[in-house]
Amino acid sequence: MGLLDRLTSKRPEPETHQRSAGAAEQSLFATKALGTFLRVLTLREAPVLLDLGPVVGPNVGFFGEHLGCKIFVDDVCAEIERHVRANTLADLPEAIGARCSHADASVDGILAWDVFDYLDKASAHVLGRELTRILRPDGALLGFFGNVPPKEQPSTYTKYVIVDESTLRHRPYPGARERQPVLATRDIIRLFDGLRVSDSFFMKNNVREILFRKT
Amino acid sequence: MWKRDEAVRPASGQSAGAPSSTSTASTHVEMNPSLEKSTVNIGKSVVIKGELTGSEDLTIDGQVEGTIQLREHVLTIGANGRIKAQVFAKSVVVLGEVNGDITASEKVDIRDNGSVDGDIVSPRVAIAEGAHFRGSVDMQRKGAAASPVAAKPAAVPTPAPAPQKVGA
Repeated sequence: MGLLDRLTSKRPEPETHQRSAGAAEQSLFATKALGTFLRVLTLREAPVLLDLGPVVGPNVGFFGEHLGCKIFVDDVCAEIERHVRANTLADLPEAIGARCSHADASVDGILAWDVFDYLDKASAHVLGRELTRILRPDGALLGFFGNVPPKEQPSTYTKYVIVDESTLRHRPYPGARERQPVLATRDIIRLFDGLRVSDSFFMKNNVREILFRKT
Repeated sequence: MWKRDEAVRPASGQSAGAPSSTSTASTHVEMNPSLEKSTVNIGKSVVIKGELTGSEDLTIDGQVEGTIQLREHVLTIGANGRIKAQVFAKSVVVLGEVNGDITASEKVDIRDNGSVDGDIVSPRVAIAEGAHFRGSVDMQRKGAAASPVAAKPAAVPTPAPAPQKVGA
């Protein structure tokens, strides 16, 4: 029994990818790095988790009730969307920096999901620096980085719903911001100066899952 | 049922148009304990500034600014409710907007289109799809040590042929 088997009694077939979920454009995708990320949290007493994606009820319930996390939800995509609609993207780096008010080394785990795919380089560097600052030693940061040029993808954000430790349900929702040009892996690593790559996987759905740890 | 004073007034009135001019003195709106089990409704034209305490379930469709204390009862923020307050209750259901921290001894339930900007402390939290939330959630798990998953080999995901290690 895996850690997240408690979350759901219905475990998908391991090789089931992009399974149709009816009219809703939802799909199940395998994840490799999430399990390691969860194990980092379970080894901590009362871990503090920062989720940079939109709030997802089942995830909050799981992290709060089952893992005993204190969860901070700070939807960076919502901030991006606000700036796109207000045509103030030039102010985004400053706004991103101002949002991150956590103390140094105060967070055990960060779920960055794919938010870096939507940031310009300046904003990505600001966010990467701030996340590195607030992560505790031995803490973990999980990021998903697309590997498909933006023109080939629809303009949507994605909610990631944890099904179990090796499966995520993707829930796309519309947005005005397109994904930015694909980041090279070396450039991703440079965003988090002070963190080391613990695990990295190139998934069938063209996503690079990278787990960073703070030394 | 309600002791109304100048802090409880129709929004259509002159003072409701300029709520910031209201005195910041604490205002207690006490509910009748004899009406326990009943539910009180604050309509959407009502604006309250100050401290709201009671011993009945309460539904707010108006505006409240200050503090709300219903420690043994259920507070429902209706779809038209606009709350800018610290909230303490047994259970809180949010269909409208809350700007402030929520502490509930049983449950916080943010429904579809509900919005909370603030920190939540409650043993159970439910957030519906379509709800907005920004802040922290603390479910106060006490004494339950985190599961030592790393010590359980079965919990470790076995390598599957699908994903490949990134070479870089």
